[in-house]
Amino acid sequence: MNTGVVRSLTRALFVGFVRDRAALFYTLLFPLFFLVVFAGVFGSADSPRVEVARVAPVPLLDQALAHDPGLRDTIEVTAYRTPEAAVRAVEKGDADAFAAQDGGTLSIRYSVADRVQSGIVQSLFGGLTQAANRAATGERPAYRLEARQVEDASLSAIQFFTPGLLGWALSMAGVFGASTTLVTWRKNGLLRRLRLSPAPLRSVFAARVLVSLVTALIQLAVFLGVALLPVFGLRLTGAWWMSIPLVLAGVLAFLGIGMLVGAWARTQEAASAVTQLIVLPMAFLGGSFFPLDSAPGWMRTLSYVFPLRYLNDGMLDVMARGLGPASALPQIAALLAVAVVTSLAAARIFRWDAT
Amino acid sequence: MEVRWALRSYRPIMAHTIRATGLRKRYGAVRAVDGVSLEAGEGEFLGVLGPNGAGKTTLLEMIEGLREPDEGEVTVLGLPVWPRNAALLPRIGVQLQATSFFERLTAREQLRTFASLYGASGARADAMLETVGLAAKADTRVEKLSGGQAQRLSIACALVHDPEVVFLDEPTAALDPQARRNLWDVLRAISTGGRTVVLTTHSMDEAETLCDRVAIMDEGRVLELGPPAALVRGLDVPARVSVPSGRLPRAEAAALPGALDAADDGVSLVVSTRDPAAVLAAMGARDALDGVQVRGATLEDVFLHRIGREYRA
Repeated sequence: MNTGVVRSLTRALFVGFVRDRAALFYTLLFPLFFLVVFAGVFGSADSPRVEVARVAPVPLLDQALAHDPGLRDTIEVTAYRTPEAAVRAVEKGDADAFAAQDGGTLSIRYSVADRVQSGIVQSLFGGLTQAANRAATGERPAYRLEARQVEDASLSAIQFFTPGLLGWALSMAGVFGASTTLVTWRKNGLLRRLRLSPAPLRSVFAARVLVSLVTALIQLAVFLGVALLPVFGLRLTGAWWMSIPLVLAGVLAFLGIGMLVGAWARTQEAASAVTQLIVLPMAFLGGSFFPLDSAPGWMRTLSYVFPLRYLNDGMLDVMARGLGPASALPQIAALLAVAVVTSLAAARIFRWDAT
Repeated sequence: MEVRWALRSYRPIMAHTIRATGLRKRYGAVRAVDGVSLEAGEGEFLGVLGPNGAGKTTLLEMIEGLREPDEGEVTVLGLPVWPRNAALLPRIGVQLQATSFFERLTAREQLRTFASLYGASGARADAMLETVGLAAKADTRVEKLSGGQAQRLSIACALVHDPEVVFLDEPTAALDPQARRNLWDVLRAISTGGRTVVLTTHSMDEAETLCDRVAIMDEGRVLELGPPAALVRGLDVPARVSVPSGRLPRAEAAALPGALDAADDGVSLVVSTRDPAAVLAAMGARDALDGVQVRGATLEDVFLHRIGREYRA
């Protein structure tokens, strides 16, 4: 290894990367764009709201809202002029239920188009009715339910999708970066040219890896910087700094996959297509876009094939779930193992030139 | 064979900077290089001339140490080139293709990066940029350079560490005539100071202009090897004297002293002869010399004579 060579090559490659507008876009702006979209879609979803339509006052509902102000965060009541208008609102999804009260009978109309929401509506009104019945008997309740979430009280949607989207951005940059570099350098003859220079080839590869590691740290900083803005409201938990070694190990794994693709592919088009075929399913099955807790068992098992799963899990543990620094070590080990295996495989099928 | 030995000894043989013996390389059923032996002396400018697919590049790559020969061996500066020889690499310079660059760097950054690979200074890189006439383009990105400028930069990258031996693979292919001639000045300057240069080309006039010796190659074999002038002289092809049509009747021209034959295509009257002086004197006596051109045999004739005229892609 020759440090002078590594330094000057790293500088040259980094300058070349910074001047590549398309690469910069896909590495930084594109994932941030998703962060904005996800924040918009899921930002208000941390406490699901139920929108109730009514025409005449519903005394039972009004009493409950007056009695428990916390319910106002969950239930939003909108008045409609006619029952027909209220039913149409439910059909269109503008309201989750149309509630009416006739003496002792509380009636609700709901749509099964959204099964989750219709379930919430039924259990909510069932609960209200039972509470009112019990209050009418004048009995003191024998049992009381106290519910609290296990995570940090600050946990909201952004805590979940910041690590996921960051992992996806890192995997795209890593796999694309390595495969593109290898195919381009082979096609334009730079690989052969470098082979005929006295610079050790280790130094050339070390420089390329260094550029990717630096790029990944910039991605991490930018991503966390944006997500921490009050608009998005990310809050970092105790051992969040463990995401730095996690990110570095993740990049090595993705570079390994990229080198494997680049060593195999003969053309840029083939490399891009195969990279997409790997990165996109990996992003979905690795849990970047949605949590896998509710996914079927086989899908969860399959997800462990992808290194992104380990990176996402590890980052979620330390950034959002508040677990200690040691919790990330198994994930780091798994990522490094992927890096070693893929790099060795890439070295085996490596070719200097296109013929 | 006798002729070839005579040609080879035309220049006194110096210490062999490059010595290739019995090189063979086949790809499947194709014999890309089929038994080539070559030597180049110190300070010599050696050209390898041949049509596309003749095996020039494969031969060059085996001599550079980029490809392992199936048979035969190569030493450069007395050192074996295969496997990758880290002791030899700082002493040779290679130009593979004009596009073998790091992407999106300026000409200066590119050259400085290559300099660092060889431990050469940035100042040396900047001086090299001046030498190849690219100082004005120092801050231009490589993607924006013209074909000729990219070739100059590529050659500068091959020379930045002041190597003793330089390999150039078709440096003027795909350049316009003016850019080609400009590049010749650069190439001629390379070989000063005892530097050995090996150049592949499919351009006869380039080989004739630049090279001390030329190897004519086809189908993986060297057909002729020697100084261009000696190859031409050895060919014994008649000279061609031409004047615009109408100066002389064709039959009269064919009967001139020294004339072998005459042809008139309506534009030019062409007399072939082994004694152009006699033909010119006879034409002068008939006052038919206006617009005369005399064309001797060129390397092209040698090439066509050896390789034939049939079209090969």
